[in-house]
Amino acid sequence: MDKNFAARRRRDLIIAAVLAGLAALAPLFVKDVYVQNILILTLMYAALSQSWNILSGYCGQISLGHALYFGIGAYTTELLFTKFGVLPWFGMLGGGMIAAVIAMGLGYPFFRLRGHYFVIATIVIAEIGLLLFQNWEWAGAAMGITIPIRGDSWLKFQFLRTKLPYFYFALGLCCLAWFVTWWLEDSKWGFWWRAVKDNPEAAESLGVVVFNSKMGAAAVSAFLVAIGGAFYAQFLAYIDPESVMGFQFSLLMALPAVLGGIGTLWGPVLGAAILIPMTELTRSYIGGSGRGVDLIVYGALIVAISLALPQGLVSLFSRSKAKSQVKGATR
Amino acid sequence: MGLLYGLIAVGLALIFGLMDVVNFAHGEFLMIAMYVSFFLFAFFAIDPLLSAPLVAAALFVFGAVVYLLIVRFAMRAKANAGMVQIFSTFGLAIVMRGLAQFFFTPDYRSIPQSWLGGKTISVAGIFLPEPQLVGALVSILAFAGLYFFIHRTDFGRALEATREDPGAVALVGIDKNRVFALGWGLGAALVGLAGAIMAVFFYIYPDVGASFALIAYVTVALGGFGSVFGAFAGGIIVGLVEAVTALVLPPSLKSVGIYAVYLLVVFIRPRGLFGSM
Repeated sequence: MDKNFAARRRRDLIIAAVLAGLAALAPLFVKDVYVQNILILTLMYAALSQSWNILSGYCGQISLGHALYFGIGAYTTELLFTKFGVLPWFGMLGGGMIAAVIAMGLGYPFFRLRGHYFVIATIVIAEIGLLLFQNWEWAGAAMGITIPIRGDSWLKFQFLRTKLPYFYFALGLCCLAWFVTWWLEDSKWGFWWRAVKDNPEAAESLGVVVFNSKMGAAAVSAFLVAIGGAFYAQFLAYIDPESVMGFQFSLLMALPAVLGGIGTLWGPVLGAAILIPMTELTRSYIGGSGRGVDLIVYGALIVAISLALPQGLVSLFSRSKAKSQVKGATR
Repeated sequence: MGLLYGLIAVGLALIFGLMDVVNFAHGEFLMIAMYVSFFLFAFFAIDPLLSAPLVAAALFVFGAVVYLLIVRFAMRAKANAGMVQIFSTFGLAIVMRGLAQFFFTPDYRSIPQSWLGGKTISVAGIFLPEPQLVGALVSILAFAGLYFFIHRTDFGRALEATREDPGAVALVGIDKNRVFALGWGLGAALVGLAGAIMAVFFYIYPDVGASFALIAYVTVALGGFGSVFGAFAGGIIVGLVEAVTALVLPPSLKSVGIYAVYLLVVFIRPRGLFGSM
């Protein structure tokens, strides 16, 4: 193992621990509910984007249909909770597992496709899911499900008086997604994925089972996204197909990773930390007119960042580091 | 209807397939075309059928400008080229929707009285709505014209050559940016044509493009990237599948049939029906 690489990984872990510690203290200073809300959403999107990044960034299989897994997580949890009284914690795990199984089931035919054909297939499958849920009477159809209030406890994962527990859960999920990525980066899976992304034929000839490694990435990615969906449903206490499975979620998961740096460890967190507060602030400060000015600003920023920094914001920090890594790799 | 999908799709096919660039703002191009058509009608009382060439010309300019201002730079990206294209055009789509809301308000508009609106014609005992029929005719003409243009003229050859190898093309004195700007203009002009016809029988509002964009992508991919004829065939198939699904399933599920057929086709033939890539 390259010494530089090991040192970088240790440093990443320390930075992450410090950041998580600081974030955990944030509620001591931030009492404003509106700001807390933004923090929770930022952490959630960071976690989602980190999970998306595993399949699309590291393994290179660009999916714009992850809203499907997000929705499955949300719906599994809430259907079990409202119809059968199953605690959200079990629903969350169940939703994650169902999403992972579906991701692998879909992967079987999907991973034969390449490029645009694959991307469009992922969009289409999420869209089919959305339409089916909109027409599924038992699951509330287009009206959705309002989550009944069953008390204020960690057991039922409902909190009425304060948003802080949601904040800590989102922080935990974000740390989990980050840690899984960190851990996988140095595992044989991580190396396989990057090989598959760069050159599937070469990887195959060196003994990487391309198909299995794509399946692995899809399962991990879908599982984590579904947990995020379950959290979002409990947090909003109301879900409908459009608001948990719409195409915009697939994009919102991808955007932070793309803006921050796709296929990098820090990209999704950095992207979410900038993008989500920006989205929320433009929406509430200039969006009030209802005349679309917030959309103009938001869209223009996306165009500007994606054109100016194709490798994401991370490339600003690590330009010199990236060079030394390339040297290390060629040695 | 299928032929109109085909017309929307063929503009996209030109951009998407022949130049290998993803355009996520294609639906918004359609929206703009419909508004242009609407305002020409509202202010100058020009019937959408007459104004269609004007709309196409306006969109031609718009498409070329979008290429020169944004896409040119997106194509230059060395890393993550696909993602840069997706998100820069997606950002553009959001801006365009915002601008439409700002200037045109989110109200639904329609063109109340046109030469064609609401009229039907009977062919061998079957009643067909006139606007759709004219749309179909225009689509077929546009397809024939485009097919000729791509395969028989110097410009068409230049376009294909530029995609294959921009470097070599530069050596024989073809300006890559000029060729691609013209290609984008042409793609947008075709959408303009489709938008002008659709303005007659669809409501016009800032988000109207989104509902057609996905179907257009599916149509292009179904036919296969890089093939104008594929997009045409894809359009007809999509139109037929939609009509059949609407008979079997509730109307809210009519798109499911289209998506299912797409998945089925690419599972059997991962390049689309007539795709070369």
